[in-house]
Amino acid sequence: MNNGATPVVELDDAVVISSGFPLLSGVTLQLWPSSLSVVTGANGAGKTSLLRLLAGLDSLTSGSGRVVGIDLRDGDLRQLRRRIGWLGHEGSFYDDLSVKENLTFAAKALGRPLDEIDSAVARVGLSRRINTSAKQLSAGQRRRLGLAWLLLRRPELWLLDEPYASLDDEGRTFFDHLLADVVAAGATVVVSAHDPLRSRSLNPRTILMSGGSIVDETT
Amino acid sequence: MIRTALLVAGKDLRIEVRSRVLLWQVVPFGVIALLLCGLALGPAHAGSSSAGPGLYYLVTLLVALLMINRSHVVERAPGTKSSVATLGLDPAGVFLGKSLALAVELWLTGLVLLAGAVLVLHTALHGALIALPSIVVTLGALACAGTLYGALTAGGETSATLLPVLALPAFAPLLIAGERSFYDALHGGELLGWWVIVVVALVAYVALGILLYGVLDE
Repeated sequence: MNNGATPVVELDDAVVISSGFPLLSGVTLQLWPSSLSVVTGANGAGKTSLLRLLAGLDSLTSGSGRVVGIDLRDGDLRQLRRRIGWLGHEGSFYDDLSVKENLTFAAKALGRPLDEIDSAVARVGLSRRINTSAKQLSAGQRRRLGLAWLLLRRPELWLLDEPYASLDDEGRTFFDHLLADVVAAGATVVVSAHDPLRSRSLNPRTILMSGGSIVDETT
Repeated sequence: MIRTALLVAGKDLRIEVRSRVLLWQVVPFGVIALLLCGLALGPAHAGSSSAGPGLYYLVTLLVALLMINRSHVVERAPGTKSSVATLGLDPAGVFLGKSLALAVELWLTGLVLLAGAVLVLHTALHGALIALPSIVVTLGALACAGTLYGALTAGGETSATLLPVLALPAFAPLLIAGERSFYDALHGGELLGWWVIVVVALVAYVALGILLYGVLDE
């Protein structure tokens, strides 16, 4: 699987404790470039906590870890956050700004060319909504806006928390195709979901979590 | 840092223009509060009495607390904070940008309230114009201090009520210096001493914000 490449994610006995409550308890994991992994489990199993740790949004309490080569203990987490793409399950943007204004803000913050905005919006099928404020979008359209935000970023590591929530069949199919494309382009994708992926063609590695630990893996 | 500051300030001001919360909620609240304060003292006397500048800054404080809270609420919408965090923006630039946007909003509101004080409370126009530069600097310092304390309290569920309790001791010297300089402008007193206090406070809060905003925001 690794073909001598350096892992994008390396966790060794990672523990995350927040307000005295263990969110992750001893997770050991390696993820390789150009791979798709699906983290499944019941509510509270630790799926979102694992993704937040990988995104540099939560701190490691004990154990060790490296993500895109940056140490989770001593590394520059701001630099790490710039190199990953995060799509939370709540939405990802300013409600009072339009689709274009949200993406312009992200592009300028990341130093991306503004002329990529139109192509990202077209790719996620929001061209007709480009001047609509984010709060007027449906839940599925908000997901697509989140994806456009990620396409602009071109991250090495995509961390998608419950991305299939609120998507209809067409949206899920579109999403599957997009994931296949970004993995083929060399990105590493981690998706959290309650159930294993519907599409078998993506051939993901499935990681089952329970109680903040990885309890099973299938490829 | 400057690029980030301009980006964040532009975004915050655009959100205010789109949402119109400042125009239709905050400014009317301030004008009504000023009117009620004036009525309590008697409108013919409020502006020329020694309470006039105090009333102006009391109402400005109430308005500022609303705006500081609003400035941080837009960042704390579910999902937004995490996503924006992954943009890796320079915290010092974010602090300067949010302070600048808040200062612009406070300057606009302060100007409306000053006009209200002149028209409704009969505050002397000449004195109000002399006080204007000190009001601009005081509100700028209030914006910087507010941004800092807003970040400190924004994470909790009780941020709207915690902010005034924590921030008032920090705001007090600014408000007193601003009120005294306004009073001296109306009554021909010496302004320099109060000017020094607000300028030093402004510089101190800018420096503190640049150093601490990242830690407080985390």
